[in-house]
Amino acid sequence: MMKSCFAVSGFGLRASVAVCLIAVCLPSPAVRAQDTTNVRGVRIGLTYAPGTRPGVLIMPISGPNADSVKAILARDLDFGDRISVIPTDGGDAPPTGALNYAAYAATGAAAIVQASVTPSGSLHIVVHDVAGARVMDVVDYPLASPALGGEWRAAVHRGSDEIERVVTGVKGIAATRALFEHEGSLWIVDADGANAHPISGTEGGLSPAWHPSGRYIAYDQLANTGHHTIIVKDLTGASPSKGFASRHTLNITPAFSPDGNTLAFSSGDDGTEIYSVAPFSGGTPARLSVGQGSSVNTNPTFSPDGKQIAFTSGRLGHAEVYIMDADGTNPDLLTTMAFGDQPYRSDPDWSPDNRRVAFQSQISGVFQILAINLRDRSVQALTSEGRNVEPSWAPDGRHLLFTSTRSGTRQLWVLDTESGRTRQLTRTGNARMGAWSPHLESAH
Amino acid sequence: MFASRRSIAAVALTLFVATACKKKPEPAPAPAPPPPAPAPAAPRVNQDSIDAARRAADAAAARAAADAEARRRAAEMESVRSAIAAKVYFDYDKDEIRDDAKATLDSKVAILNANTAVRLRIAGHTDDRGSDEYNLALGQRRAASVQRYLVAHGVAASRFETVSFGKERPAAQGENEGAWSLNRRAEFEIIAGGDMLRMPK
Repeated sequence: MMKSCFAVSGFGLRASVAVCLIAVCLPSPAVRAQDTTNVRGVRIGLTYAPGTRPGVLIMPISGPNADSVKAILARDLDFGDRISVIPTDGGDAPPTGALNYAAYAATGAAAIVQASVTPSGSLHIVVHDVAGARVMDVVDYPLASPALGGEWRAAVHRGSDEIERVVTGVKGIAATRALFEHEGSLWIVDADGANAHPISGTEGGLSPAWHPSGRYIAYDQLANTGHHTIIVKDLTGASPSKGFASRHTLNITPAFSPDGNTLAFSSGDDGTEIYSVAPFSGGTPARLSVGQGSSVNTNPTFSPDGKQIAFTSGRLGHAEVYIMDADGTNPDLLTTMAFGDQPYRSDPDWSPDNRRVAFQSQISGVFQILAINLRDRSVQALTSEGRNVEPSWAPDGRHLLFTSTRSGTRQLWVLDTESGRTRQLTRTGNARMGAWSPHLESAH
Repeated sequence: MFASRRSIAAVALTLFVATACKKKPEPAPAPAPPPPAPAPAAPRVNQDSIDAARRAADAAAARAAADAEARRRAAEMESVRSAIAAKVYFDYDKDEIRDDAKATLDSKVAILNANTAVRLRIAGHTDDRGSDEYNLALGQRRAASVQRYLVAHGVAASRFETVSFGKERPAAQGENEGAWSLNRRAEFEIIAGGDMLRMPK
């Protein structure tokens, strides 16, 4: 304890002192039960005050590329916005023997992460509950070769997500990726901004969307003739890409249903309507929406239970967001009344927790991201800086990916809708049409 | 001197012969039979030269005529092509045909009626202010709106294909109304029957 507070130098000293001061000066917040539960209905995780971020101390890590592993874990937990990573100086050797939980409690740590890269090439993680003075979790993630490559990183990210699950009760979103359009092709980037690369064979790709398995993507391929075809691509390469035959020249904005069976998209030669294909691997498209005349209907997005679809429609003469049942019945205007004369709402994305639909609307002539609460239809503005469009929810229903011009070029950004914290995900050229993946459990 | 005089003689003769030929109602003037030679005088070698010069002059005249016709046809093709390619423009978030677009489309109707083999691809475009994806659908509506106008004026719908580029292929760069108004447009491309274009009579 004393060592970690004072017997270090430089930045590490200042950070450690700050931690010690907080630990010493502030009384412990009243301990109350958090209200998170895991999917099996059993509450896990630490006991900490709601609205606070439990402190997690990552011990020095041993083994090959240990510094990279530690840096990635710390960054993932920080980007998750649910945990405060307690800084430590990097020079310490990994501790041996039993942990002195009482000493660590004084640093403000609610949990301690002990990790190592084993000789067999696995990331071995032990998570300790400091207050309970016990081991909460022991997991191993095989690290694929090459070290620091995409799949190696994915394994470390899965470790981060497991730590976050054990500590907060909510699985992290580090082992996710984003699809986006960049310079005429589709690209993919890890949730921490690393490992960005183009997806081969996707020239002309627009509006990418994830299959819930994370194995397939669907997108609109724009040919030089102006024809738009919906393509489903297997990211494993095990099956060939499949284009959906359509009698229409315009086929855009695909979206998979949460059960992965149905693919919805927008299609037409004049007006466009929402169609769906089930199974997506070989069905015949059926028309769902019934616009008046030849109206525009685009951007379908499924509710988490798959029973409803939100979409953009111009049926009233300007773009608004509607909801209909997944069979096309009971269309209902979602974005209404509270917008004055602002003439445009579009690009809905239904949150995975079923609480909100994010969309874009022009505020004083500039697009911003808003979210409408599905229970009371209250609307919250989520952005204000630059032009912000094309929202896409993370699988945690809390973080939102969007395209923003705030840095001067068009880039993908991530917003934590609870804290308001933002970070830039892409940095080169121009990026747009971001689509946040589901949790990616295995390598693709 | 001699050579030059002989050339003049040959040209004069050729002109005479050509005029004479033109008067005859010959159906196929191309492989013109050698005219009756002014036989007795010229030695064989001179006669060959005269024939060669005559043939060359014939060819040159034919070439000149063909060139003139080709130029006229090229100019006609070019004016037909540019009339077909003339863009029409739209108001923001609208697909209605504006009054200033109607004259442009009317001249296309006349050309399409005079060139019945021509098929067109109509591509709708938008400015970059709306949603990228909604713009793809709006561009399609614009292309379809143009097609409806042309069909309403008597051109078969089967002669058109409508596509949309949304905001993906801007004609003008810039974040101002000048650029936006140039980008809200429909473009026209000949996809069949473009080899022999005629101006409407």
